[in-house]
Amino acid sequence: MNRTKAAETAWAALHQVAPDLEPDLTEGGARLRQDLELDSLDFLALVETLSRDAGVEIPESDYAQVATVDGLVGYLETHG
Amino acid sequence: MPVRPNLLDYRKACVEFTWDDARAALSGLPGGGLNIAHEAVDRHAAGPLAGHEALRFIRADGSSTSVTFSALALEAARFAGVLEELGVRPGERVFSLLGRVPPLYSAVLGTLKHGSVFCPLFSAFGPEPVRQRLSLGGARVLVTTASLYRRKIAGIRTALPELRHVLLVDADEAPGPDTLDLGALMREVTPAAGTALTGPEDMALLHFTSGTTGTPKGAIHVHDAVAAHYATGRFALDLHPQDIYWCTADPGWVTGTSYGIVAPLVHGVTSIVDEEEMDVDRWYGILAGQRVTVWYTAPTALRLLMKAGTGHAEGHDLSALRFVASVGEPLNPEVVVWGQEAFGLPVHDNWWQTETGGIMIANFPALPIRPGSMGLPLPGVEAALVKRDAADRPVIEDGEAVLVSSPGEVGELALRPGWPSMFRGYLHEDERYRRCFAGGWYLTGDLAKRDPDGYYWFVGRGDDVIKSSGHLIGPFEVESSLMEHPAVAQAGVVGVPDPVAGEMVKAFVELRPGHEPDDALRLEIIGFARKRLGPAVAPRQLDFTPALPRTRSGKILRRLLKARELGLPEGDTSTVEGQ
Repeated sequence: MNRTKAAETAWAALHQVAPDLEPDLTEGGARLRQDLELDSLDFLALVETLSRDAGVEIPESDYAQVATVDGLVGYLETHG
Repeated sequence: MPVRPNLLDYRKACVEFTWDDARAALSGLPGGGLNIAHEAVDRHAAGPLAGHEALRFIRADGSSTSVTFSALALEAARFAGVLEELGVRPGERVFSLLGRVPPLYSAVLGTLKHGSVFCPLFSAFGPEPVRQRLSLGGARVLVTTASLYRRKIAGIRTALPELRHVLLVDADEAPGPDTLDLGALMREVTPAAGTALTGPEDMALLHFTSGTTGTPKGAIHVHDAVAAHYATGRFALDLHPQDIYWCTADPGWVTGTSYGIVAPLVHGVTSIVDEEEMDVDRWYGILAGQRVTVWYTAPTALRLLMKAGTGHAEGHDLSALRFVASVGEPLNPEVVVWGQEAFGLPVHDNWWQTETGGIMIANFPALPIRPGSMGLPLPGVEAALVKRDAADRPVIEDGEAVLVSSPGEVGELALRPGWPSMFRGYLHEDERYRRCFAGGWYLTGDLAKRDPDGYYWFVGRGDDVIKSSGHLIGPFEVESSLMEHPAVAQAGVVGVPDPVAGEMVKAFVELRPGHEPDDALRLEIIGFARKRLGPAVAPRQLDFTPALPRTRSGKILRRLLKARELGLPEGDTSTVEGQ
């Protein structure tokens, strides 16, 4: 998918899992676990949401690539 | 390297062991005093372990930094000196809201050395649980980071008049208003010369836990608890002098203190401290790279590892690992067996809770594991199952609790008071504390059964408290927060089974007139709760319902909500309104 679509998809999934996040908090470099405070169960739910809603599977071995908002968007761009 | 387990003959140890044996392994203070910090660091710093590595911190980038017992003792003395300079008195409470970072350890030990009381908070709590606990605990000092202060404390500071000093571990010589730079204070201070002459029954630690109703409860632990930390570290975790030990618990929970800090230090072993959050490959990397020998973790983490597949364990040399233990919620038999596949070792489950201060029931290294069972009571611990009546109250006859005697029969797990790490009260709540005891026993609130060989098996909570990722969550706290949302009329919160977390918090919400039960509102309410409570406590699922089941007196029947959610029999519904 293109970058705009990837960013929208990432935000929609983040909003499903952690609806308390404000769009302005989710700057590109923000780390999902440390800065956005997603816990391990949130992160798992995020992976499941992306699989269900966007058809993108993120295997465990790729988790490091999606540790930040930018990383996640880039990943969706390449794999979505 | 194979070692001889500390506990070889369980039956013999049960007959012979006394808590005084454990106390005898401690040094004590002059005049019969006892102080956890002295047992954990000072006595080692003054002996042959002075140069031994006490803590090894693993940073985000995988690099590590080590602290010896003598360096840790000095840091603790500096923190105690800072408290002295700030005029903090013995018995006053010092709180932390921190991850697993080096200043946490000097703060805990320095606080105890100073004779003050340490209370750790979970940094993933939202501002509301944090405010409530700081307020109930009468926090005088808080140690935290600049970011956590800004996000969780600054907005509630005026509601905490007793909180005099906020010490930032990362202020970098530029603390904001109303905060102090801990690093600068530590550099300039004269380290405390001695240790407060605390007695075994003086308050040392305060740990908050949640009940079904009301506010969180601050469980009081005393310095004598260190005897139990020592003995249980020996029996249930099988700690030996050369061990590299890793406890993955967050310092905000009791496991993070009892077994993340105190027990390994008292034993003089090296602890691995991972500063980062859980990550499958990182964890295997640490187990292998740091040559961890004893590992104490939690079912949720193990289930996440299992979900990722054993492929991740391949290529990591886990040959140093000798013993794996788990605590937090019942460990399903599949995980126990999976451990064999992933680590070449089965996982030993054990059981305890905030109030017990230390491990009470465990699967031991030298005994066969019963997969799915909590194990056997520790030497020195007397456990039983108390019968419950139709109203779920313990059955007491002539002042004595009636015990379940037949194997497989469910009762409330009870412990005979007297072990050193038993809680000595709930802070400012004597009545609530008294209600935990009946007929000569401490009642744990957990339902269990026992097999013919004496192994205990967890059945469920005897109340409505939710057990998620090993942490207790009080439904009332969550419901109260939800009801602050303008669209919410009533809320009922229960735990629903989850393959990873054990239970997940689910809310059922009755809306006020004029609000549409749509997805946008559902997310808005979840977001509202997460902001106040934090992700660990807020509901992850939320359903709208036209009417919550209530008793005629108006009390929400959480058990019925749960039964309906799970498609289970609803039981006796004669007291339900409108049935």
